[in-house]
Amino acid sequence: MRPELLERLTVPVSKRDHILGPADTSAILLEYGDYECPACGAAHPLVKAILESVGDRLRFAFRHFPLSNVHPHAERAAEAAEAAGAQGGFWEMHDLLFENQDALDYDDLAEYAAMLGLDASRLIREIMANAYAGRVREDFSSGLRSGVNGTPTFFINGVRYDGPRALEPMLAALAYAGGW
Amino acid sequence: MSNETNYDQMYSQSRRTALPSGTEAPDFSLRSTPDQWLSLSEFRGQPLIIAFYPADWSPVCGDQMALYNEILPEFQKLGAKLVGISVDGAWCHAAFAKDRKLHFPLLADFEPKGAVARSYGAYREKDGVSERALFVINADGLVHWSYVSPVGVNPGAAGILSALEELQPKKEAAAVS
Repeated sequence: MRPELLERLTVPVSKRDHILGPADTSAILLEYGDYECPACGAAHPLVKAILESVGDRLRFAFRHFPLSNVHPHAERAAEAAEAAGAQGGFWEMHDLLFENQDALDYDDLAEYAAMLGLDASRLIREIMANAYAGRVREDFSSGLRSGVNGTPTFFINGVRYDGPRALEPMLAALAYAGGW
Repeated sequence: MSNETNYDQMYSQSRRTALPSGTEAPDFSLRSTPDQWLSLSEFRGQPLIIAFYPADWSPVCGDQMALYNEILPEFQKLGAKLVGISVDGAWCHAAFAKDRKLHFPLLADFEPKGAVARSYGAYREKDGVSERALFVINADGLVHWSYVSPVGVNPGAAGILSALEELQPKKEAAAVS
């Protein structure tokens, strides 16, 4: 019999991912998120707080899961983060996108790129050419097969975290998984 | 997500009564719009995903249907079609589908109410709505896989995708990512 709920990560966090934190840690927190999703926006400060608290012994990775039919700017924003990443500014763009969820038009994205000192016209050109659409799709597909049914979805060491989205329980789950 | 206090109640007998793998899928003919009908037999020759859900507009259903809407290209790559079925009427479905920009048909199991859900062993008598139940029907019209989720929990797509992959011709299976 197939297990009824498939809630383990099918594609482990690896070099292909955007990862914050020390090279080798016993705990990895992975988020599947959508830059236009209000619940992801609400979880962003929570992730920041987690990193502030235990960022020295934790790796944090982010994968895209844009629900484009519900959030018309989500795919473009995900590609913008990737395009910024190609210029070395993934996490800075990631923060700006979450902090400005209601301003994700091309003009806005170009402005954020300029604010970060990136080549804005290259970034927009790459988004319009869908240069990173395949990469975003890879993230999305791996989420589908891992039990990501909505956003945000968190995994701790490859197991879906279904507990409350709050600092204390998440820190406890990370400490447990990491054996701290 | 799940309401923990009602977790036990959300599981129901349908977890045992839902038609299992190997059963012939009961035919049906239901309204897909106020003036159009769809029958199971029209899908012969290709895999069909049937997603029974309790009601239009309820939050989890919305998320679940929004997710499937997003994954339609993946289902298509695996050669499969998708229909959603609930006891809501055709006009309600039309408004819901328009609001959520759904690109797959919602069928109205409206009269006699819930008859199709019943025939699949996926009806909640007490609540008068269908279970949140998934069926993958193979090209020959047999149930290949079925799953009944707790009513408040979005069952996602991982199970459907695995079932569809099992139905791929051997040679192509490797090519489908």
